[in-house]
Amino acid sequence: MTLSEFDSFRPSEPVRRRRREGKRGPGRRPANGDGSREMPMVPEQEFSSYYGRPVVKAAPWGNDVAAYLFLGGVAAGSALLGLGGQLSGRPTLRRNARLSALAAVSAGTVALVKDLGRPERFLHMLRTFKVTSPMSVGSWILSAFSAGAGVSAVAEIDRMSGSRLPLGPLRNVLRAVEGPAGFEAAVFAGPLAAYTAVLLGDTATPTWNAAHEELPFVFVSSAALASAGLAMVTTPVRETGPARKLAVLGVLGEVAAMKVMEQRMDPVAAEPLHQGKAGAMLKWSERLAVAGGLGTLLGGRHRGAAAVSGLALLTASALTRFGVFEAGLASARDPRYTIEPQKTRLAARRAAGITDDAITTGG
Amino acid sequence: MGQLSGPTDPTADAHWEHSHPRKGFFTDTSICIGCKACEVACKEWNHNPQDGNLELLGSSYDNTGALGASTWRHVAFIEQGQERIVEARESGRALVSLGMPRIGPPATASPAATDLAEAETTPPDTADFRWLMSSDVCKHCTHAGCLDVCPTGALFRTEFGTVVVQDDVCNGCGTCVAGCPFGVIERRADGSVKVATSRNDQHAKHPAVPNAGIAQKCTLCYDRLVADETPACAKACPTTSIKFGDHDDMVETARERVSSLHAQGLTEARLYGANENDGVGGTGSVFLLLDEPEVYGLPPDPRVPTADLPQMYRRAGMAVAGMAAAVAVAFLGGRA
Repeated sequence: MTLSEFDSFRPSEPVRRRRREGKRGPGRRPANGDGSREMPMVPEQEFSSYYGRPVVKAAPWGNDVAAYLFLGGVAAGSALLGLGGQLSGRPTLRRNARLSALAAVSAGTVALVKDLGRPERFLHMLRTFKVTSPMSVGSWILSAFSAGAGVSAVAEIDRMSGSRLPLGPLRNVLRAVEGPAGFEAAVFAGPLAAYTAVLLGDTATPTWNAAHEELPFVFVSSAALASAGLAMVTTPVRETGPARKLAVLGVLGEVAAMKVMEQRMDPVAAEPLHQGKAGAMLKWSERLAVAGGLGTLLGGRHRGAAAVSGLALLTASALTRFGVFEAGLASARDPRYTIEPQKTRLAARRAAGITDDAITTGG
Repeated sequence: MGQLSGPTDPTADAHWEHSHPRKGFFTDTSICIGCKACEVACKEWNHNPQDGNLELLGSSYDNTGALGASTWRHVAFIEQGQERIVEARESGRALVSLGMPRIGPPATASPAATDLAEAETTPPDTADFRWLMSSDVCKHCTHAGCLDVCPTGALFRTEFGTVVVQDDVCNGCGTCVAGCPFGVIERRADGSVKVATSRNDQHAKHPAVPNAGIAQKCTLCYDRLVADETPACAKACPTTSIKFGDHDDMVETARERVSSLHAQGLTEARLYGANENDGVGGTGSVFLLLDEPEVYGLPPDPRVPTADLPQMYRRAGMAVAGMAAAVAVAFLGGRA
């Protein structure tokens, strides 16, 4: 179409972007058309957008939040290991796990507060309890966990310093409550490890939202293997038998949950998990987790090998969290990941005869 | 806690005891001329600071870009050729033939459908190209993702059924930004923006940006509503493209408008947000669009994420149980 002679100076129209070929999950929607395979029932959705600008906004969260995802998991798993050490008579494991839990949860909380738009108002998180807000539920879980983790870790610090903390008569109280406090922290440990998955799932960010069914399993597994890895670094091998088992279970859980998650997600929404920085991080996360798990199984009784495996597991967990975090942000920045899965599911519902629940209506 | 999804009265859900009618916009994009008076009126009334450095985006006459923390009305501008007009007309016709639910007797629909065949289908100006202009705004959803996930209670449901941020409560956690399926709400930056009021003070001190670090979005001019005034954008709109009133009246007006456009053969017209069975329970701001929503930068099938929250909590509960079991196995399953 030409309206004037000056139209020849216009830049050519950009080519409409087609589905990227290449690394995707085992093709649930194979690009074919040569008749060699069955064609999908719902046709591929053409993709148009408003000048390629994002539809949803990415969460304004920096790496602080990704670091918190990791640290919260380490804290949660450490509190469980601490309780295990407490109940099974492993004093060094108990002490190290309790200290790890307090250190991780403190660093994580600082990271969270730092990421707020108004850090001085962080206590507003506790001005209400809202079950519809995973962030609110999580703030209460974090507070409850920190109370128990703090008390039990302070008790350890007091013992390590030869009762030199200026506690006065409170020392007896501390001795009396440290056991229950360790138990209380362990009660909130699981929720602390899992709520962050709900927090990410309960957003309009395409990749996080599409992963909401399996992300809790990925996150608790990641927390388990990270905290077990940390225990293997900090604690002599004679007391880390359970940590080694937990590490192996965590690796198995994470690799399996990640695979199931990628299978069950919308294939387009899953793409950011395989691309760019996020893809590289998740790939290395899996490699390091498997390597750390094997190292734990084969060399876990050697102090050095256990520590190296533990470090590999910690790195794997951090990479998992940063990878999932980055993938979500990338999916929000590209309108394709919002529009295509939505068009696909709308077309699928229409093909199934459900025509009354679209936001766009003819009248 | 009220319903998490499906049709409902949001004001009653929020436990307001006295009943105000729900207020809303109907933005009829078929008569929008893209003058951006709504953007200006909104900025002025709400004291919203400048965002960006007055850059030209280089894509169209729209240099605002998108809704954001300091832009609560955004006029989209799209130029389309003939091929796309035909496609839009077809996709709109397909929507009519889906038999969407409507209020009132269905008898009015069938004669209109037969009329379409003989109707004059030439657009009023030219068949070769068209300009689409649409003033976008917060949808004030029946089930608002931002409101659901706000941990501090800073976002609340007003007596008018709208969703408003209390800027003295919000701590800028940013959860709402990710929770909005329409990409409306945003955290305001700290105001590292250069505002010059005259040529001479280009480099003078810049006015302070209010509410930096806090999530901001359209309030449907809450301060004007309580004084029984029309929101600034609707008041400023010279073509009545932005209509304001009781939500039910707005939906009714929208339905009448779309059927009159269909009767003229303009089957590309369709409503956005008028269906209370959609993923957000219907929106408070209803739009009449002339093409697919994604062309305007709107999501084609938004769903409030919180609708799946009970399922997410169940899955998280299973994961927690699994983690506890793994630890139990690790400690009880014999010495390794």
